[in-house]
Amino acid sequence: MIIRLVCCALAICLGLSGAQAQTNAAPLQSVLQANADAVANPSRGTVDGLVAALLAADLPTVPVFLERWRDRAVYLRASDGLFYYATQVEGGYALTDVDSGADLGRVAAAEMTELRPNAGVRRVIGSALVAFQLLDDDPARRMAALDAIDRSPAEDQLEPLRLSIADEADPLLKARKIRLERLLAARFGETAEVRIAAIESLRGDLGVDARAVLNLILSTTPAVFAELPSDRNIAAVLEPGSDALSEAEAYARLVEADLAPPLTGVAAIRDALIAAIADGQVAGIPVASLTTDAAREAAYEALAATGVVPPLVTLEDQAAALAAHHFVLLYAEPDPAITAAAEETLEAISLKVNLNQTADLALDGLSLASIYFLAAIGLAITFGVMGVINMAHGEFIMMGAYTGYVVQLFIPDYTLSLIVALPLAFAVTFGAGVAMERLVIRWLYHRPLETLLATFGISIALQQLAKNIFGTQARPLTSPEWLSGTLTFNEVVSISMIRVAIFVLALIFLGLLIYILKRTRLGLEVRAVTQNPGMAASMGINPDRINMLTFGLGSGIAGIAGVAIGLYAKVTSEMGSEYIVQSFMTVVVGGVGNVWGTLAGATLIGFLQKGIEFFNPSNTLAAQTYMILFIILFIQFRPKGIIALKGRAAGD
Amino acid sequence: MTRSFIARNPSVLWFLLALSVFTVLVTLLSEVTGVGLVSTSFVKTLGKTLCLCLIAIAMDVVWGYCGILSLGHFAFFGLGGYAIGMWLMYARTELIVLDSLAKAPLPPTEQEVVDAIAGQIFGVVGSAEFPLLWAFAHSLTLQLLMVVLVPGLLALVFGWLAFRSRVTGVYLSILTQAMTLALSLYLFQNDSGLRGNNGLSGLQNLPGLDAVPQSVISIAFFWASAIALGLGYVLFAWVVSGKMGSVIRAIRDNEARVRFLGYHVESYKLFVFTLTAIVAAIAGALYYPQAGIINPAEIAPIASIYLAVWVAIGGRGRLYGAVIGAAFVSLLSSWFTGGSAPAVNLGFYTINWTDWWLVLLGLSFVAVTLFFPKGIGGLFDLIVLKPVADRQGDYGPDKGAWRKEEGEP
Repeated sequence: MIIRLVCCALAICLGLSGAQAQTNAAPLQSVLQANADAVANPSRGTVDGLVAALLAADLPTVPVFLERWRDRAVYLRASDGLFYYATQVEGGYALTDVDSGADLGRVAAAEMTELRPNAGVRRVIGSALVAFQLLDDDPARRMAALDAIDRSPAEDQLEPLRLSIADEADPLLKARKIRLERLLAARFGETAEVRIAAIESLRGDLGVDARAVLNLILSTTPAVFAELPSDRNIAAVLEPGSDALSEAEAYARLVEADLAPPLTGVAAIRDALIAAIADGQVAGIPVASLTTDAAREAAYEALAATGVVPPLVTLEDQAAALAAHHFVLLYAEPDPAITAAAEETLEAISLKVNLNQTADLALDGLSLASIYFLAAIGLAITFGVMGVINMAHGEFIMMGAYTGYVVQLFIPDYTLSLIVALPLAFAVTFGAGVAMERLVIRWLYHRPLETLLATFGISIALQQLAKNIFGTQARPLTSPEWLSGTLTFNEVVSISMIRVAIFVLALIFLGLLIYILKRTRLGLEVRAVTQNPGMAASMGINPDRINMLTFGLGSGIAGIAGVAIGLYAKVTSEMGSEYIVQSFMTVVVGGVGNVWGTLAGATLIGFLQKGIEFFNPSNTLAAQTYMILFIILFIQFRPKGIIALKGRAAGD
Repeated sequence: MTRSFIARNPSVLWFLLALSVFTVLVTLLSEVTGVGLVSTSFVKTLGKTLCLCLIAIAMDVVWGYCGILSLGHFAFFGLGGYAIGMWLMYARTELIVLDSLAKAPLPPTEQEVVDAIAGQIFGVVGSAEFPLLWAFAHSLTLQLLMVVLVPGLLALVFGWLAFRSRVTGVYLSILTQAMTLALSLYLFQNDSGLRGNNGLSGLQNLPGLDAVPQSVISIAFFWASAIALGLGYVLFAWVVSGKMGSVIRAIRDNEARVRFLGYHVESYKLFVFTLTAIVAAIAGALYYPQAGIINPAEIAPIASIYLAVWVAIGGRGRLYGAVIGAAFVSLLSSWFTGGSAPAVNLGFYTINWTDWWLVLLGLSFVAVTLFFPKGIGGLFDLIVLKPVADRQGDYGPDKGAWRKEEGEP
């Protein structure tokens, strides 16, 4: 004992004398030497004292040292017992002085010992570093420090964070620091008042982390008591047999807490019986007769009577055990005032979150509606206005998308290729539509069922053709940079730019089409021919030409829709058939014969599908099923669609 | 009107004769009962084709005779297949489970057996319990009843809703297509209770008949399919002849006039729709044990459109036309897609029929619709040489009416 004391004193004297010699020239080295053992062999027990000493020294070189130490770049030289920064180079290490940063040349590898702080120590170093980084001159490093706090919030970060707020120059960073301070204070504040104030300041905060903090404060553990304790923060008392806690679960908890004997389940009974089989009998009962659960239970009870197995727990025993205990949820947080405040704040937040989620859902619905509208608007012309069923409409969409893909092969600039692809897709599908009208459809006017089948034939031929040319795998249609971002309103409400673009495109088409149909000569002639081709012809309109142009227009719009749809979905030969049924239903539900109807139909179907998906988020198949069922029922009650044409315009 | 049913419908006799000759011929050429020129798998293909012919005549009655272009009849076909498949799968799994539990030290309770079967069947979709849908799966009688009842009821309810609100023409086609799409999407879900996209499999193994070789079973099913087709043909020939047949055809050509004459059009349509749905379901119940597997892709809308394609190519509005169309196109299709069709070398490009068959089918279908509305069945008119009817325009104003060119010469 005495010897050890002497040794200690000697060591301190030596350390001090060494330190004194270096204090002026190398302040950091001297601090390190003063705690040489803690630096060289760091442990959870010693690291706190060392970090405190380093912080107290208040040297500009400390953060760098902490960082290097954490990153295992600090080495001890055996010959002089000093610490150096070192990097591994060929045949040894390149040394750097810890104070001046001066290059000290190379040494052999054998001379140096790497300091290897373990994970726990490095965590302590890291949080000490955060305090420095929060005050760093470089905003990027300050941001990194805040990210680190965000990732793993800890109690000791609260104080440095608070200290750093006042001097923060960057307004963005300052706002983030203040918010983080609130989040930390809500969990780790010194007094209940501070925490409650912090919790209440989170009211209306939509961030996921705010909700996470509140949920953490409100976290509960189940517990069982014979008497309800008065000194515990009880979240809820659960009645066995209620929705929150079934009787079986409640009893399982009692068993787990050793407050009741375990139940003998069907499997346990079987195992016990099997174990007790002797000469084809169990407790005198022949095995062959044990073919019902009741017979097995009887056999088990006979076994229990012989004392081989514990007796069955009866239903009465279960009920009595459940009645004798209280099942509660206990807050981990002991202070009821804090949990009450957190509860209230969380409720306020979730109300706001719900409102915003509804807005987000509406936005999703709107975007889906505009996709359906785009896919269906060409049909609204060919089917709605002309009355021609075109099952190959989906394949025109596919043709448009593949046109976009081919254009991208030749023009690498995505913006430019998009600008080229849109009119080109229109031209290609316009041509295809005109050709199809000339060759097939004009022979089948007034024969819609035959048209349906003939265009279906074209549809499968085109689909297989695309498969033969482009292969079966999906082809990418990459959107330009300015379309790949997300439009974010707040933490909950956001929408990708591509969907916004599709929405805008749908609006443009709506306007354009209304304009063409209502304000131009072509539109007038189209409407005249669809209403009464004979009368239109006698007025000098060429119905053949008009039909051809109208069909081309509808097909061309399908091509442009194909480019738009290809931008956010993959381009495959089957992409058209995925939209064809929905498109027809959009037109039928909306009301045949006018563009507004298609808009109404697309809106209804888009919102409906998103709405159903919201209630059953994991299952888009179910959403589609229910939507189609809804549409079938809807057509029962409004066979002419939402917006039904009246009078002469309705045709028949 | 004193002439007999056969005399008024000579095609029935000819058809039954041809079918019998064909059936006997195949039997004599098969592996077990004949000289072995026709392999077991081809007997199965022929048996399946006969089932497809049966649903094709059902389709012909509903479309070619009644003017309702239903794009959903394969849904009924599939439902029939699912109904019989449930029993086949249950019964076979039960045998396997009983066999393995017999080795257990304790005799199994009923619940244990059922649980083990459920585990076997639904393990693939991560469930181990029987959904309510399978309540009758243990009984062949009940499940055979389901083959008829479920599609029949679905057709009855759907048809009643559609016809009473006067949904006709293209709208009805789209509606029926929506129905079959909804059904297939529903069945694609894992929690639909019918094993999601795995479908029901192993249906070719009849429970309790493990010892009987497939070659015998295939002939048995072939005969059953042939008998069903023959009965179905007679049934539908009877339905579309006589007074009721006249009303049905009149509905196709001019529904409004039939209504004004005092007939209850909806009842006739509903009868035809439901009856054809039931026959389609029976065809499905015979088809899938031969196919061995059924999954929701079978009832995707495209299948029903192909059905319409067969009927159109065969010639709608004549029952034998539907049979010829279905047999011709489906056999040709399996010949082309099976890779046995020789590739055509054009010098600069080799036409591989597995890739180009659909293109050929699509285009020839367009050609048939445009130029040969009578289809293949129309060739028989050239043989019969009836006097040419002098007709201006189509048979009626309705969308599904017979075209001028379709009429008997």
